[in-house]
Amino acid sequence: MSDFFRFTILGIFLLFSTSVLLPSSVQAQESPYIVAYDHYLEEPGNLEIEYFSTFGSQRQANNFHSFWMEFEYGATAWWTTEVYLDGQTTFNESTLFTGFRWENRFRPLRHEHFINPILYVEYENISGADKIMKEVEGHDVEADYAVPNSELSKERNHELEFKLILSSTVKGWNFTENTVASKNLTGGVPWEFGYALGASHPLALKASAKRCNLCRENFIAGVEMYGGLGDRHSFGLHDTSQYLAPVIAWNLPSDWTLRLSAGFGLNDNSHRFLLRWGISREITGFGSMVSRIFGGHK
Amino acid sequence: MKACVAALSVMITFLGVSLAFGTQEKEPRYKYQKDGLVYAEIAKAPEKARAKRNPMDKDPDALAAGANLFEQHCTGCHGDMGEGGRKGPSLLAPEVQNAEPGAIFWILTNGVVRRGMPVWSKLPEPQRWQLVRYIKSLGGVPTNPEKPPAPTP
Repeated sequence: MSDFFRFTILGIFLLFSTSVLLPSSVQAQESPYIVAYDHYLEEPGNLEIEYFSTFGSQRQANNFHSFWMEFEYGATAWWTTEVYLDGQTTFNESTLFTGFRWENRFRPLRHEHFINPILYVEYENISGADKIMKEVEGHDVEADYAVPNSELSKERNHELEFKLILSSTVKGWNFTENTVASKNLTGGVPWEFGYALGASHPLALKASAKRCNLCRENFIAGVEMYGGLGDRHSFGLHDTSQYLAPVIAWNLPSDWTLRLSAGFGLNDNSHRFLLRWGISREITGFGSMVSRIFGGHK
Repeated sequence: MKACVAALSVMITFLGVSLAFGTQEKEPRYKYQKDGLVYAEIAKAPEKARAKRNPMDKDPDALAAGANLFEQHCTGCHGDMGEGGRKGPSLLAPEVQNAEPGAIFWILTNGVVRRGMPVWSKLPEPQRWQLVRYIKSLGGVPTNPEKPPAPTP
């Protein structure tokens, strides 16, 4: 069995087994975005386990499949913290574990406003072979991914990433704008910039009187656009890659959420096509559960 | 191998820090004890918000839909019947039951973020009003009922 299948099966097995063992009583109401963030944080004490996958087409090199697991925990109503474990398979080459990320999102304001800011800080410890494309920044272009895994994996990056997330919800529509600034701490790489925009809307605003899987209100459809904005020395759109991706989320009453996104490259520097999907489950009261194990609550 | 060890260390640190911080929310043993502080937030709802009428008042499906939404999103903190839990206050209290629907809608929309109640504006407005309708229907229910109140059309 190839490494690719082993990693995928392990990821999905972890997700299912943890979810089956831990009870849950909430239905997730997740946004459909895969790259962009809105201003909604994880509910306090809840843990969301997610598996995401990206298939990327590659001109003049091998296509790839990248994947990551996310463990997202609501520490408080104004702080969500999250760990990512990343990996990738480049077809006809190899499968690699490419590193981890630790992300934190903070809500500075108490109340809901027309525009709601969220502050985002992330530390990444990833190899040069990381291809999850959770954000596109600087002068990231398709040609960077054509280098063989054996070469890319020799490079180790320690990176700090900051985002300002500005998000609004009006009449069921969510609009979000993320500005990205990142700094690779390992070399003399300048600050790099990027962005992500998103808009989404549920297919129905009212909930049905009966619980159902296929009710329209369980589906949220939208679109996201993301790309690089160059670096400190050459800010702008030249030599950057840009993507437009319709997205959809299906929030099941059984606490599972499925997401699907088909991304299209908007210029010659971009991958032509990125097919992404994700599956997640929210576990309510995870914090209290662990606390009880250690005698915190009876 | 080094990366795996580093990843494991980060995950353990992550869990430790977030659990320590999250659970130091001073959760009492059985019952939420910050009720008063949270109820006080209801009084902070602006006049304009209080004056709003529930557009779902005459919707025959609103109560049943609200009950579903409550079960999906609220019981984890407020208990199965809204009687209150470790993380959220009772919704059967007079402070909630006597509040204007608009004030409850305002709390749902804005949350009480510093006291652990998240914002629920991610639910579309009609769903929040359906929830308000259900929460208001909980009034008069004994604190430990065996069954949820039957929806009344």
